[in-house]
Amino acid sequence: MSNSPLTPGVVPGRLPADVLARNFSDHEPPLAAHEARVAADRCYFCHDAPCMTACPTSIDIPLFIRQIATGTPEAAARTILSQNILGGMCARVCPTETLCEEVCVREVAEGKPVEIGRLQRFATDTLMEKGVHPFARAAATGRKVAVVGAGPAGLACAHRLAMKGHDVVIYDARPKAGGLNEYGIAQYKAVGDFAQAEVDWLLRIGGITVKTGMALGREVSLAELQAGHDAVFLGMGLAGVNALRAPGEDLAQVRDAVDFIAELRQAKDKAALPVGRDVVVIGGGMTAVDAAVQSRLLGAETVSIVYRRGQDRMSASGYEQEHATSAGVRIICNAAPVAVHPAGAGVEVEFAYMADGPDGLKPTGETFRLRADQVFKAIGQTLTGAPEGLTVSGGKIAVSGAGRTSVAGVWAGGDCAAGGDDLTVTAVAEGRDAAEDIHATLMAARA
Amino acid sequence: MADLTSNFLGIRSPNPFWLASAPPTDKEYNVRRAFEAGWGGVVWKTLGSEGPPVVNVSGPRYGAIWGADRRLLGLNNIELITDRPLQTNLDEIRRVKKDYPDRAMIISLMVPCDEESWKDILHRIEDTGADGVELNFGCPHGMAERGMGSAVGQVPEYIQMVTEWVKMYSKLPCIVKLTPNITDIRRPAEAAKRGGADAVSLINTINSITSVNIDSFSPEPMIDGKGTHGGYCGPAVKPIALNMVAEIARSPETRGLPISGIGGVTTWRDAVEFMALGASNVQVCTAAMTYGFKIVQEMISGLSQYMDEKGFASVDEIIGRAVPNVTDWQYLNLNYVTKAHIDQDACIKCGRCYAACEDTSHQAIDMGPGRVFTVKDDECVACNLCVNVCPVENCITMVEMPKGATDPRTGRVVADYANWTSHPNNPMSKAAE
Repeated sequence: MSNSPLTPGVVPGRLPADVLARNFSDHEPPLAAHEARVAADRCYFCHDAPCMTACPTSIDIPLFIRQIATGTPEAAARTILSQNILGGMCARVCPTETLCEEVCVREVAEGKPVEIGRLQRFATDTLMEKGVHPFARAAATGRKVAVVGAGPAGLACAHRLAMKGHDVVIYDARPKAGGLNEYGIAQYKAVGDFAQAEVDWLLRIGGITVKTGMALGREVSLAELQAGHDAVFLGMGLAGVNALRAPGEDLAQVRDAVDFIAELRQAKDKAALPVGRDVVVIGGGMTAVDAAVQSRLLGAETVSIVYRRGQDRMSASGYEQEHATSAGVRIICNAAPVAVHPAGAGVEVEFAYMADGPDGLKPTGETFRLRADQVFKAIGQTLTGAPEGLTVSGGKIAVSGAGRTSVAGVWAGGDCAAGGDDLTVTAVAEGRDAAEDIHATLMAARA
Repeated sequence: MADLTSNFLGIRSPNPFWLASAPPTDKEYNVRRAFEAGWGGVVWKTLGSEGPPVVNVSGPRYGAIWGADRRLLGLNNIELITDRPLQTNLDEIRRVKKDYPDRAMIISLMVPCDEESWKDILHRIEDTGADGVELNFGCPHGMAERGMGSAVGQVPEYIQMVTEWVKMYSKLPCIVKLTPNITDIRRPAEAAKRGGADAVSLINTINSITSVNIDSFSPEPMIDGKGTHGGYCGPAVKPIALNMVAEIARSPETRGLPISGIGGVTTWRDAVEFMALGASNVQVCTAAMTYGFKIVQEMISGLSQYMDEKGFASVDEIIGRAVPNVTDWQYLNLNYVTKAHIDQDACIKCGRCYAACEDTSHQAIDMGPGRVFTVKDDECVACNLCVNVCPVENCITMVEMPKGATDPRTGRVVADYANWTSHPNNPMSKAAE
């Protein structure tokens, strides 16, 4: 009758419903009020705190933690959200172990940082659960700004612009707003439809219209946006996926990891999602980890991440790697895909062992094959459909200053823009800073 | 293992850890359990006069302050003296003392401030077998409003008068328990001594309101929307108690008067500190009320280990050992010059020393590239604030400058001992003229 991890092929329902529910529940449960106070008490309230410097959005971390410690998590949330309007999601998905918590002096001293991410979640959850939106719009400026992409960069930009009194229209290609928060984050990091709840909460500032199903270059052009608005912000992310450039890549068993992750996020019933008995994920970043771990959580028997360079070069943090291995994922390093061969109902992926030398990666001559029912590609995303006329450098929209593109009146930020890490928190910072620059520009033009 | 036997006023107990007169010693059941757990003695919860017993509130009796993880730092109470019939208490005391002859059994007393009342109560306790009496001149709440407790302890003449009555009508050793709710603890101690007291015990609790509910605007502990000041105790009061014990121990008028130390004793180390400042033994309450009677095991093992390590054969060797080192400010060596030193290997770069010094002290810490914090010796006045705010123990230390070295802050050479009494800036200076 029902399937199990041992069922051959790609099938749904490998695990009982209760196990699936547990697997996709909160990866790190929220702090209770008392736990939060105890965790907050560990903060030393450092002078010129390293954590604050490490935060791409420069949240005043010691201050918000002290506000939690003194029983005012709502005030703490304001401190967070005034710098990072998506502080709720960032609390869930930020790789804090490589940002604020990595430089926490208690990490340095004891190997046990203040739990900044969990404390941030405690504060933002408290405020959002009260249904409070703590910001109000300034007097209307009569200016109108188009934002392309309703992901972290676009939302942060739109919110800040709306706060300044501008009217904003967000255009997004997908059916729902949220961008990677909605489609690209592992389920267990954003349970309870948090991404949509956060978007709804954010939009309560007012003055923002969201138009979904509107892709730049498809339903709407940059020229049209420029004509109808006083400024344009591009935050459409990276819609393309890098190719393996290996024969057999077109086989039906080979998929983009981002599609699998998006499908998983949108699936109400995880038991209906098919997953292979043997899964191979190619790549070394967070997308690879999210795809691999979730394959295991769906009941795949064997899941391997294969990365072409050494483990220390993986862009997934040590914490993420450990998360993967503790979920039963095998991480194989120094191996690059050479070909995908059909093998029965599945495939065999042929890998070449690689050596990272002074002249770059070179095959050692040794190869091996991994059987797979599903192969997920997670070797990076690329910019697609950049409007003509914009300077692109290194595969991304070139920007200077606070996200100014080569075209006057057009700004860009987030993953589609050059510079910065491809992180939610970085996208928020770039969107916010571009909004400030747009505001200054529009106001100067009016004066 | 060290010999912890204590001899206080001829009252012997297997160790110097007694339970103070308080809720833990209110009845036979508790005291038997305390003795089984290993406590050296108890001061039975204060008895009042024959007659209808006092009544307590039926709402909260205790208020508290806590650290972040609910560690109890300070406790306050508005409980009165025993609310059980006098005869019940007397019968129980007799039974318990009979079964535990090696433990100290002291009876705490509080009756109206007239000779008859004291004569009567002393007569009633005569045949209980108790080893001594403790006069409760300390409780600052409730009973004080009726002219007892701290109302007596705040008037040295009353202390002397009542103590004289007690010595007149009882042969038992008399310990006078002092209230800290006064301006100079030496005055009541002197009065007790004049009255013939064999010892003083201190401190009783400190008048306090633990907190205010800022929704209902009622003080805590709250009884039907109202609150009253209660007696504060626990770890938070220990520094106050230590000073008061030391003041009595070193005062020429009261030097040598035996002291039973009370006030926030929580660990063996606290006990040693009280004894070093002149207490012959200690009385414990809040720690037992927080953790139960079992803590005495840690106190016994800790004191034993300490004494073994120090080579002390008897607890008497600890008593008063620090008293000669307690002095007046005017006798402190003004030529003792130290400078803060930051151990860069131990430093975790939190910058608290910098914030504290820069914002609130002497701008004597430099913050260099890479968050390297160093002390500017030419600005450092050695205030010790950086040491106190540093979260890493022994990361910042005060290093003494050797004699003959030049203090870069003052440009003066570190000289021999000299204090304020001979300092040129002192208008009263008795310097060689």
